[in-house]
Amino acid sequence: MKGILRLAFKLLVNDNAKFTALIIGITFAVFLMVQMTSLFAGILNKSSSTVINIGAKIWVMDPAVQTIASSIGMPDYVLDAVRSIDGVSFAVPLYSGAALVRLRDGTYQAVSVIGLDDTTLYGRPKMKAGRIEDIYAENGFVAIADAEYRKLHSPVLGTDFKLNDHRGVVVGIASVASSGLFGTPTLYTTYTRAIQYVPPTRYTTSYILVEPKSPADVPRIKAAVASLGYVAYTRKEFMQRISRFYKYETGLGTNILLMTLISFIVGLSISGQTFYTFILENLEKFGALKAIGAKRHELIAMILFQATFTALTGYGLGVGLCVGSISLARLRIPDYAAIITYGNLGLAFAMVIVIAALSSYLGVRRVLHIEPFDIFRG
Amino acid sequence: MSPLAIDAHGLDKWFGEGDARTRALSGVSMQARFGEMLLIVGPSGSGKTTLLSVISGILRPDAGTVLIDGVDLWQQNDDALAEFRLKRIGFVFQDYHLFGRLTTLENVAIPLILKRRDWDDALEQARRWLEVVGLQNRANLPPVKLSGGEQQRVAIARAIVSEPDLLILDEPTASLDGDTGRIIIEFVKHKVLNAQRAIVVVTHDSRIFDYADRILHMEDGQLRSIDDRSGK
Repeated sequence: MKGILRLAFKLLVNDNAKFTALIIGITFAVFLMVQMTSLFAGILNKSSSTVINIGAKIWVMDPAVQTIASSIGMPDYVLDAVRSIDGVSFAVPLYSGAALVRLRDGTYQAVSVIGLDDTTLYGRPKMKAGRIEDIYAENGFVAIADAEYRKLHSPVLGTDFKLNDHRGVVVGIASVASSGLFGTPTLYTTYTRAIQYVPPTRYTTSYILVEPKSPADVPRIKAAVASLGYVAYTRKEFMQRISRFYKYETGLGTNILLMTLISFIVGLSISGQTFYTFILENLEKFGALKAIGAKRHELIAMILFQATFTALTGYGLGVGLCVGSISLARLRIPDYAAIITYGNLGLAFAMVIVIAALSSYLGVRRVLHIEPFDIFRG
Repeated sequence: MSPLAIDAHGLDKWFGEGDARTRALSGVSMQARFGEMLLIVGPSGSGKTTLLSVISGILRPDAGTVLIDGVDLWQQNDDALAEFRLKRIGFVFQDYHLFGRLTTLENVAIPLILKRRDWDDALEQARRWLEVVGLQNRANLPPVKLSGGEQQRVAIARAIVSEPDLLILDEPTASLDGDTGRIIIEFVKHKVLNAQRAIVVVTHDSRIFDYADRILHMEDGQLRSIDDRSGK
């Protein structure tokens, strides 16, 4: 069979024009599919950046919250009630809000403000410069050195600014695992300072971060929180909720899905049509092979091999092109929201297999129907 | 080995259905002996290509039997039949049907590759047959770079590379000028035909009749006469 597949390989690649068209078709389709889904994965990842960065196991919030930015304040008693739930190791408040910062040159910049529990500083970022304890100093803020950091004019330790007419001082520079979706820099401070500096609503606790005593306590905690009229999500559930919002309630998911489907159809059309033409042009030759003594399964193997080889080569090139383009984009736009995940790659691979299967199915049908007698009849 | 390369009896073949149903072969019986070159001739539509296809295991007859070297061809299933053709029968098609994307050498090696021979061994054996047909210096060219006569010789090399007992040629001179056609048929007669092989040629070309040992004349799907020239 090795020799027969080698024959199939030579028949395929020696037809330069068709082989190139096939490869371009599949590469282009894979590039678009992976690019689209990576962009979406990047957006979803960034939309949950605070959840990822803070790292709490359980998040308690108002049931109407759909994204991290749309927090709804909860009264203080909820924190006390959550702390009293059996199975809770500890629970701390978290403030999450937005504010305008006036920089030294007089320009304004929107920022996200995260207020960490004063006692524990639970969810603190990883410090790159300065000490986390300095966050307790007067007007102390920790700036996050992510892709948006330069929008604060890349502050250093001691750089000051105005936040709602309160003076703020950068006492530390830290890093986080994921930067946010909306392109705003992030400042960390204490919970108390956050609710002093950012105009508060009646209720100030955005989220309550809970550490369960054991994973087995999670269902009990969720039930107890629900009885208070609030909702408790595990980190994964909260991220899924945010993802669902962007997927189904913003139109973003539908558009990306449509684009991915269009990429698939374009790839299928180009590759299917070209492969079918390739088979048609070689139909008499396949008939001659049949007459000489090639068996059905050998002809099927030849066609499947040709389709699979083309699909895998195009897949590899498409993924490579996508990685290259995302890397290039990141050089220009450090915060470019695109992540190639195994899921993206798997989806594109599955679609490429479908393209190969449909293309080869059409080819196999034609080849199996050609009668060697037709070759004699011309 | 049976004394008869082909022993066909009572072959019937119909095409089409209803009013369009036509009889392409009508009770045809014929034999071919090892060591002879048999020509099947007749006007267009006389059934000679149908007969060629039936006796070479390509087209199943509606009635009748075909024994090739004593083996009942049409008692075999499709895969066994394909295997039989691959091992025992060589084909030279009217339009050659060479693969333009392969080299001449690779084209000749195709039957050996289908027989699962090692790629390099197959090419080596194909090279020897290219030498026999005088095209060793064309081995690495694609067939499209060759003349019609050269392509025909490549097709013959491909047909005999696995050393079949029966060689089938369909209008081998139809696409060639008179001299080239004569050279090809002389080559087949003197270099390819041997005591262990029978050659069956379907042709319109009366210029090659002189090379035949016997000529079967067909008309309206029936065998009209047999012209035995072996003793001439």
